[in-house]
Amino acid sequence: MADVSVQNVTKTFGSLKALNDVTMHFPDGGFFALLGPSGSGKTTLLRAIAGFIFADSGSIHIGDQSVEHIPVEKRDIGMMFQNYALFPNMTVADNVGFGLRVRKVGAAEERRRVSEALELVQLGQLGDRKPHQLSGGQRQRVALARAIVTNPKVLLLDEPLSALDKSLRVDMQIELKRIQREIGITTIFVTHDQEEALTLSDKIGILRQGTMIQAGPPREVYNNPVDVFTAEFLGEANILTGQSGLALSSGGADIKLPHSATPQSTLAVRPENMSISISEPDGDEISKLPATLVRRIFAGAMATCVLKHNDNTFKVIARDQDIPDLPEGGEIWLSWKPEHTIVVPEGSVGFDPN
Amino acid sequence: MSTVLARQNRLKIVSLLSPAYIWLTVAIFLPLSAMLYFSFLSDVPFGDAEWHYTSENYQAFFQTSTYATLLWKSIKLGLTVTVISVLVGFPCAYVLAKAIKGKSREALFLLVILPFWSNSLVRIFCWAIVLRGNGVLELGLNAILPFEVDVNLMFSTPAIVIGLVHSYLPYVILTSYLALQAIDDNLIDAARSMGANKLTILWRVILPLSLPGLLAGAVLIFVPVVGSFMEPRILGGRVGTYFGTVIEDQFVAVFNWPLGAALSFILLAVVLVILATASPALRRAQT
Repeated sequence: MADVSVQNVTKTFGSLKALNDVTMHFPDGGFFALLGPSGSGKTTLLRAIAGFIFADSGSIHIGDQSVEHIPVEKRDIGMMFQNYALFPNMTVADNVGFGLRVRKVGAAEERRRVSEALELVQLGQLGDRKPHQLSGGQRQRVALARAIVTNPKVLLLDEPLSALDKSLRVDMQIELKRIQREIGITTIFVTHDQEEALTLSDKIGILRQGTMIQAGPPREVYNNPVDVFTAEFLGEANILTGQSGLALSSGGADIKLPHSATPQSTLAVRPENMSISISEPDGDEISKLPATLVRRIFAGAMATCVLKHNDNTFKVIARDQDIPDLPEGGEIWLSWKPEHTIVVPEGSVGFDPN
Repeated sequence: MSTVLARQNRLKIVSLLSPAYIWLTVAIFLPLSAMLYFSFLSDVPFGDAEWHYTSENYQAFFQTSTYATLLWKSIKLGLTVTVISVLVGFPCAYVLAKAIKGKSREALFLLVILPFWSNSLVRIFCWAIVLRGNGVLELGLNAILPFEVDVNLMFSTPAIVIGLVHSYLPYVILTSYLALQAIDDNLIDAARSMGANKLTILWRVILPLSLPGLLAGAVLIFVPVVGSFMEPRILGGRVGTYFGTVIEDQFVAVFNWPLGAALSFILLAVVLVILATASPALRRAQT
């Protein structure tokens, strides 16, 4: 086990800057998510840590070892691929034992550790099967067992759950977290699913166009996004930009600005923090805004409402029973507590499109 | 409902299959049956020649050791050419499938396919020009090397092997290429992440997974080379007597069609026996 440290790593492919001066520290034993839209460089960063590609500049450390010039096969990592990449010509046990055979641990030792790893992922009975005889979830467990059986220093996961359907994915998230806790391995995984990142990780790194925009614990990143992109990418956000923020003050709107905000500041409010009422809410200590109900989308326990104020569209997510019964096109009031107004710093790093 | 569907399906299957099978019946099965019939006759039933049914043509193979010796020589030639083609073709297919992308791959592919598009007789005579004494190869080598060399490969076994490898190499490249391209690059990455070096990956992952294609190519080469006659005759000269050339002689020189036919069927039988014997082992290797 070891920590991983990425410092000022830059990587260009032709004219494309895939990674631009990326720095992030992954402490020992933690579970980390690299999150970003496609083309953001998250997979490139993972592959640079794995050693499939070498950075143009900057340094990568795994434990005390500087690995910039060490190829993947010598880095002692475990990796799980999006499509699992199980060897179709080998049985489950041979797949899991591959890394051990390469390390020449001996047949008895290999058998013992393979069955141990398969026990850990709860596939003890399936060692003799071929990958094509397994379900998607089982293949995923085999891939995980194969990645950890050699006791690597770090476990790297490339969109490990994206090929599973939703209910199985949630089960596997819990399972993945349990196994990671059990063996205490430093784990870095790449995902474009923000919910997955928030659920699983101790720390999230958000990338956009090769730049690390924000890194921190999920709750901190969610509650204090450094820019509009992060606010909108991680969860949903109603953005009140500086100019329209002024416009919002008209027409009965009353927005309480936090201390750090100026009238030109960009503000964000999470949809789940807004509430809807038919009459104007009382109290001075509340931000409020009249709006028109455009659409109400029922989704079981929760419902999403789309609302409009002048030309600004807002989204509110609330328990279905908490939303007043109102026809679409009806006039309502939006309100939220002042502490739910997030001030998004302006001119933040991630906003430079280059 | 389901019976109607089943009937429609059957109709579709029959209409799609029948052109090929009618063609195969007319063009291959009927002539082959005629040849099988001839092989049991004492003489061709053309003109006013006397003929009767006999198994002498088949007995002839066993009466002297000449035919068996030649057949063994042909099988060895087939194995030699197949092994060399695989050794040369597989690395080429690997590079084309895994290392090269885009336009240059197309250009390199064209060079591989080119032998297919040129007339085989022209190809063989080109080799004759290259391989003979004072030929292109000797002149070329002497132009580069600081000392004189004497290269006359013409009318020798190496010349036959060179010609045959050139003719049949594309088969193993194409079949291996298709098999190699179907291998997910992630498998190679996965093997590397587990610490495997290039040789281990080749031996444990790439070779087993591309074996079906490699074997298909090998069979496509081995079978026709065992029966080949053109390359041995033109490039081999006096040493170029093989089972295939003997069969050819029976048809075009000696006009003993029944013996030629009988020898052909013996060759077919031997090849089938070889493939049948090898197939269980090969099937095991694939799984």
